[in-house]
Amino acid sequence: MKDVAIIGCGVIGAAMAYTLSKYQLDITVLEKHSDVASGTTKANSAIIHAGYDPQPNTLMAKLNVEGNLMAGEIAEKLSVPFRRVGSLVLALSEAELPHIQELYRRGLANGVPGITLLSREETLKKEPNLTDTVCGSLWAPSAGIIDPWEYATAMAETAVVNGVDLRLNTKVESITAQADSFVIHTNRGDVQARYLVSAAGVDAAAVRSMLETPSYQIMPSRGEYYLLDRSEGQVVGSVVFQCPNELGKGVLVSPTVHGNLIVGPNAVPAEGAEDNKVTADGLAFVAAAAKRSVPGLNLGANIRNFAGVRANSDQDAFRIERSERYPHLVDLAGIKSPGLSAAPAIAFYAAKLLLEAGLELVAKEHFVDRREKIRFASLSDEERAALIARDPTYGRVICRCQTITEGEILAALRSPIPPRSINAIKRRTGAGMGRCQGGFCSPRVHELIVRELGIDPLDVCLEDEGSELLVGETKTGGAL
Amino acid sequence: MKHYQLIVIGGGPAGLAAAIAAWNAGLREVLIIERDQVLGGILNQCIHNGFGLTHFKEELTGPEYAGRFIDQLAQTGVEVKCDTMVLQLTQDRQVICTGPAGYEILHAQSIVLAMGCRERTRGAIQTPGDRPAGIYTAGTAQRYLNIEGYMVGKRVVILGSGDIGLIMARRMTLEGAKVLACVEVMPHSSGLTRNIVQCLHDYDIPLYLSHTVTDIRGHGRLEQLVVSEVDANRKPIPGTEMIFDCDTLLLSVGLLPENELTRMAGIEMDPRTNGAVVFENNETSIPGIFSCGNVLQVHDLVDFVSAEAIRAGEAAATYVLHPGEGSGEVLTVGPGLDVSYTVPQRIRPAQAGAGVEIFFRVRRVTGSAVILVRCGEQVVAKFRREHMAPGEMEHIRVPKALLPQGPAHLEVSIEEAAQ
Repeated sequence: MKDVAIIGCGVIGAAMAYTLSKYQLDITVLEKHSDVASGTTKANSAIIHAGYDPQPNTLMAKLNVEGNLMAGEIAEKLSVPFRRVGSLVLALSEAELPHIQELYRRGLANGVPGITLLSREETLKKEPNLTDTVCGSLWAPSAGIIDPWEYATAMAETAVVNGVDLRLNTKVESITAQADSFVIHTNRGDVQARYLVSAAGVDAAAVRSMLETPSYQIMPSRGEYYLLDRSEGQVVGSVVFQCPNELGKGVLVSPTVHGNLIVGPNAVPAEGAEDNKVTADGLAFVAAAAKRSVPGLNLGANIRNFAGVRANSDQDAFRIERSERYPHLVDLAGIKSPGLSAAPAIAFYAAKLLLEAGLELVAKEHFVDRREKIRFASLSDEERAALIARDPTYGRVICRCQTITEGEILAALRSPIPPRSINAIKRRTGAGMGRCQGGFCSPRVHELIVRELGIDPLDVCLEDEGSELLVGETKTGGAL
Repeated sequence: MKHYQLIVIGGGPAGLAAAIAAWNAGLREVLIIERDQVLGGILNQCIHNGFGLTHFKEELTGPEYAGRFIDQLAQTGVEVKCDTMVLQLTQDRQVICTGPAGYEILHAQSIVLAMGCRERTRGAIQTPGDRPAGIYTAGTAQRYLNIEGYMVGKRVVILGSGDIGLIMARRMTLEGAKVLACVEVMPHSSGLTRNIVQCLHDYDIPLYLSHTVTDIRGHGRLEQLVVSEVDANRKPIPGTEMIFDCDTLLLSVGLLPENELTRMAGIEMDPRTNGAVVFENNETSIPGIFSCGNVLQVHDLVDFVSAEAIRAGEAAATYVLHPGEGSGEVLTVGPGLDVSYTVPQRIRPAQAGAGVEIFFRVRRVTGSAVILVRCGEQVVAKFRREHMAPGEMEHIRVPKALLPQGPAHLEVSIEEAAQ
């Protein structure tokens, strides 16, 4: 019998596992995908919001501002790329000025540090590539950019290092409630646990329905993006928002921690988690909207379009609650934006709900709260030379666009949650994320996966099972 | 810091020919840096024939063509570092490179840039749809088949009619796959005519001109493509959709010179070629740094890469052994009507020898036509062609005697021939 089972290992499930792994608990995480961070966490704006957006005195406001602060600490401890570049909300007309003033008041009420209203001139001084029709802006220095999948992976890996049992490719099919526990039936056998946390994202209502009728509905919403070449990464220095509207926080233009420029998203109803296509209409909308902020945007430098599906509910708030009927069930549902920003605070809050429900939280004596990661490209000449002398695999560049070495890929393959697909390697190391989009490196990454994990070359996937890259050998046979 | 007379960045066909030419011209401290484990570059995966007709007057496969140069290189004292990638190039010709053997900072009196090119991707053309497995650039698929020995799919559509895509249409067919169509957004093919005939027509693979992929469908692996006709502005025409059930999409939608190092060194670039601006001897805007092969301009035929690289290698040797000869008046060269670019972009008539070769591409398919080189209103030179197409690089040789004196601009354009 497990103490706690967590369903889902996106950033919320990962934060939950990380938070609970500090205590003397027997924990299992069930993830239906072949890798962690494979749902909403892998395709979003990659922003840690400052927290001026949610209405004051709401749980969302509190968790956003707390989560922002915690993100900085966690990124530092667990070696996650995170930069507090600050954010601007633009008033693109006089009519939008009251809106940024309202956001400013909310920010003050929510305790967002350092927020300021900027004049047109101050705004353009900060971001010279913005439209000169800008009338003013709200500046929030605590907003940041993060690598969202590494953020989730780092927390999940640390949980695993501290004894959490993570089961990938494990899909929950039904749940039976017993007197003092839940029996979770999966495609890979049953798991019995005293407490259950659902962090199922877009599938939250489906999971809750396995036990009781949820009081919310999930209304998935798709957002489409452009990711531009690093040649465009300096076009803006901070996250540039437009005034939010009923469709979301509006189209943003932002640098990424990988040095690219991200542009998007739109917001259109989606049929489910798999409805993550990009559309000609969606991209045209994003392009037109983004050019209102940055007229000179060079979308010709696009290297990838992608879309993510938001796990929105039919309500404006997060649906973080303990079930009345099953007090040992905590549901983390409706985690819309700013869910990524709030993630560690959501987990901390959920841990308190479990405590209230009777879960004993006794701290471990030896909790490992560190994670080191070598990033060759960010080392100095001297550090690189020393590293290669110690381990020559760090001298061999596999991904030439992003300068990712064999040593970094091998380190990922030997990490607590070994990536098994080409895209999982991309999320762990950055290999294949650059301008050639894996054209040169994917066969070599493929070969390293085969060699290191001992799997058949024909079984290597782009992502989950069913996305195999190869269909057979040539007439003269395979060489790997 | 180790010093060389010449460092050649890239050990494909351009780098090999440049290094050998420089050695033959008298340089003795020459280094080739190659990021792959072996020399030869992309030729190693081009196992089809058709290489060498101009340079060797015989038909070779890609590996055979590379092999000839690798054998020649073995007769020289050129040093080779394989499995080594250049991370940084400075304008004073310092080269930082990394490999399992170590991290090194080198210096050279001259540099030849020969890094080749990469393929444009789905992102570059912004094709909508799902993002399943089964979408490859043609060159990546070629590597999987010809180097690794694996098939990437069974039912294939090819988007773009670039030469690698055409070659892969035939290759996949020979390996037992069904190639359903080749789809080209332009009203003309971007590949060589001989490849259209030998790789599509000979295998009854339909070529849909003025069509493109407008939706990609599939979770896990690719399942279906929607192909639509496009109008004169390349916008899809509603109602023309065709559906292909397939597991593979190969992209052959253009090549981009890999000039990250060139830009890093601050070398002047030509937005038309995405390569460096060069003089008649392939020297870039930084004295002593030369560029050749697909990193300079995307070629159709490796034979022309070799010829260009020999010119660059010899020029590097001259730069090192006979310094100070690179001066004199400068002419600029550029494209005029229906021409998309020219290489070189600058000519120093004093350095031109007997004449200057100018390479360019036309923007449209022509019948009988003339190529005009103008200086202002005056036609300096005129060349006749029976057929020209964007997929086939043109070149002309302008005799030195016809080059204008003093600073001037030359414009290369085409016109239909008078009947």
